Amino acid sequence: MTRFVLGRIGFSTLVAVLLAFFTLPLLWLVTAPFTSNPTYEVTVPDFTWDNFAAVVEHPYALPSLWNSVVLSAGTAALVVAFAALAAYALSRVRLPGRDALLYALLLLSSIITGTAAMVPLFQLAVELNLIDSQFGLILILTGGLLPAAIFMLKDFVDATPQSYEESARVFGASPLQIVRHVVVPLVRPGLATIAVWAVANVWGNFLMPYLLLSDVRKQPAAVITYTLYTEGGQANLSMLSTFGLLYSIPVVLMYLFVSKKYGFRFHGGIKR
Amino acid sequence: MAAIELRGLSKVYPGGVRALDALDLVIPDGEFFALLGPSGCGKTTLLRTIAGLESATGGSVLIGGRDVTGTQPGGRDVAMVFQDYALFPHMDVTDNIAYPLRIKKVAKGARRAKAAEVAARLGLDHLMDRRPGQLSGGQQQRVALARVMATQAQAYLFDEPLSNLDARLRLEARTFLKKLQRELGVTTVFVTHDQAEALAMADRMAVMEAGHIRQIGTPAEVFQRPANTFVAGFIGSTPMNLLDGSVRGDTLEVAGCKLPVPAAAEGRVSDGDTIVYGVRPEYMTYSAEPAEGALSGKVAIVENLGASHLVTLDVAGVNVQAVVPEGGEPAVGDEGHAVPRRDRALVYRDGALV
Amino acid sequence: MAQAISPPEAPKETRTGRYSSDAAGLGKARAGVFVAPALLLVAAFLVFPALWVLYLGLTNYRLTGAAAAEPEFVGLGNLLGAVADPAFWNSTWLTVQFVLGSAVIGQVGLGFTIAWLLRDRRGPLKRLVEGLVILAWILPGAIVSFLWVALLDRDGGTLNALLGLPGFAWLLDHPMLSIIVFNTWRGTAFSMMLYGAALSNVPPSHLESARLAGASSWQQLRDVVFPHIRGHILTNLLLISLWTFNDFTPFLLTAGGPDGKSEVLAVHVYKVALQSGELGHGAAVSTIILLINLVVAVFYLRLLRSRR
Repeated sequence: MTRFVLGRIGFSTLVAVLLAFFTLPLLWLVTAPFTSNPTYEVTVPDFTWDNFAAVVEHPYALPSLWNSVVLSAGTAALVVAFAALAAYALSRVRLPGRDALLYALLLLSSIITGTAAMVPLFQLAVELNLIDSQFGLILILTGGLLPAAIFMLKDFVDATPQSYEESARVFGASPLQIVRHVVVPLVRPGLATIAVWAVANVWGNFLMPYLLLSDVRKQPAAVITYTLYTEGGQANLSMLSTFGLLYSIPVVLMYLFVSKKYGFRFHGGIKR
Repeated sequence: MAAIELRGLSKVYPGGVRALDALDLVIPDGEFFALLGPSGCGKTTLLRTIAGLESATGGSVLIGGRDVTGTQPGGRDVAMVFQDYALFPHMDVTDNIAYPLRIKKVAKGARRAKAAEVAARLGLDHLMDRRPGQLSGGQQQRVALARVMATQAQAYLFDEPLSNLDARLRLEARTFLKKLQRELGVTTVFVTHDQAEALAMADRMAVMEAGHIRQIGTPAEVFQRPANTFVAGFIGSTPMNLLDGSVRGDTLEVAGCKLPVPAAAEGRVSDGDTIVYGVRPEYMTYSAEPAEGALSGKVAIVENLGASHLVTLDVAGVNVQAVVPEGGEPAVGDEGHAVPRRDRALVYRDGALV
Repeated sequence: MAQAISPPEAPKETRTGRYSSDAAGLGKARAGVFVAPALLLVAAFLVFPALWVLYLGLTNYRLTGAAAAEPEFVGLGNLLGAVADPAFWNSTWLTVQFVLGSAVIGQVGLGFTIAWLLRDRRGPLKRLVEGLVILAWILPGAIVSFLWVALLDRDGGTLNALLGLPGFAWLLDHPMLSIIVFNTWRGTAFSMMLYGAALSNVPPSHLESARLAGASSWQQLRDVVFPHIRGHILTNLLLISLWTFNDFTPFLLTAGGPDGKSEVLAVHVYKVALQSGELGHGAAVSTIILLINLVVAVFYLRLLRSRR
């Protein structure tokens, strides 16, 4: 009996410590935006909306959020479209060298990281005149995400029985009709997963836009956040906290949406 | 409606596996034809080659007299029901049934009307707005049939159409399918691994093994006179007794017993031939008293089949089975004597029926 | 960028060959067209940079000045120079500490602990703990790093206020400890979810039979759970080591400072190549990073293959 009680106490203490550890850093994000003249310390907010007004008036804050939307949506669209086409073809047609290609893609995607490739990517962008181009950045980000996306989607397509396509084919549907009528609707959950994954990746990406976009009007929220706390010695805390909250909300909403609709689990990835 | 004809049809996979080996087969117009065989025998490959989902590596396929060997599946005017039915999960029953018409660019109103008509015939009219996931196995099967009927194709191909149903439903669906095919009169080829299903439904059937057709015939022919020991062993719910033996003058010596030469083999065997003696357990007369021309031994096992019993005799170390009607079953350890019916017993020499 | 997934399937020799057939009748030509755009982008922005890094590492390329216009081939000079640079070894040592401390000890230990504590629980407590841990993982790096700057601030930071240590400069006096704890906090979610999934796959009957035999919690862990999830542990270790090794987020917290005391390799490359403009030198360090990544990735893929 005492062992049981001690166990309960131990468990509760451990969980309380864990909760404190994970909550503590986050508190500031939810209190400071509603506090007038916030400091670094977490205090009970006086529920003012002035900070939000300041963010709205800031010349680069809201536009940078829009830039983040453009970069994320653009990259997600390209990643989904190209990965879907490639994954379908690779799943269904035995192209020469397919297995070697898949292996190479997988290897490349895990070894070539922003860190390892920042120098050549920077140079490449300079050579191709893609510095300060959002479209160029979208292409570069897409290239980085595609191998993993192709892999996850190929898993989805592989798991879809071929008899659906064969059935449509016996009824006389053309390959493009089959893709449109049958394949796309069947793998829609996979496409949605890839889109969300790509958005989440780009939304938080700091290094690539930091390297490749120097025009402050084109920079996404990740870079603007960093600028806000390094520029001019003293960081503007009310601005930073409020902007940070606005920048975080879409990710949280997306997480809630995904975990509600699909359950937050490993897709394609680490399943064994 | 059309006949299906295969001429020297072969399918060799890259890597050299010979799935179909120069098959010749004619399925007349309106026939309900079964392709039967153990798994891996090539029956499904044959069906898919007729559909055009696999391309033949030799020979030709003719449907309604037209050579379609090089034609895409959509151009062959056949319709297929897949083993898993392949109903599109994102479409409701109406759209599923009407899908072939959508491909043929039939106007939306017309194809919905046709779908409703076909569905009503199969008793699906109250399910038209459901998705496949909301249907039972039997209902899904009927939707797949309705979709095939909506095509008005010249021939239907069914790949194991009953295997996804549970045992009780399967019997019901068997009767339903046979009646439907009778009414429609469309040439239909179906694949099954279940010999009872093939016997029950087909007008004629082909028994396949390792890419070859071992026998073609009506269910009665295949059941009563299997052309070779493979078919003999494969057909029948209780396997046929296949006993090694030899010809001794004008009698046969099988498992140490002397048996008369069966009626069908009379005059076709000669002294000294090594043979296999085949007789179905159903065609044995069992008695506890010694009898002329009987296989005699000790009763080893008695299995209850419901209305009858399957008795296994140990005849000089060889198992011989006989079906014994209700009431006459012996006890284990008894002496038993099983007399084969002379008009039903068969003799195989070198694996082939004499 | 790095998101590891299952390896390509070994070519299946199906007897009927049915699964390799082209169900939609796409044909090789059309399939090639489908694959082309993706391959083009991957080649341009992933493969080419990797090869270019190898070449650059062999030149004295600089961002500005004479060597920017006409870089000279210096062979292995950069590589040798980078290896001879004490700053490189300092960064390597810091990276080892960072990976061992935050990934191997921090994330794996904490992730497993949480998964184990919550394994049989349902309901709001589990959702709350998991939600918070995942939140730390999904919020943008720029935001969470600033949250930690605020938390650890010397004068007004919440931590010092709680501990009653005004003026204790965490980020200046203990930069490595700060980024290690930070990265543990940030990345635990992945390990927690992985182990959560792994633990739910341990057959309850095995645990029950161990309990019936009178095994203590620790004995159950050792004799039943660990043997079952050994593969997951290895996968997890390799992946998070790879990610942590390449993580650039510490830069947002300490910018590598003070005096390079938290300059892990990822930050080192950035400083050498883009702040000092020595692209060739930076590329040589990148090459070393690539090689280390390659070793870990190949090891991981072999492991996955052998377990199929």
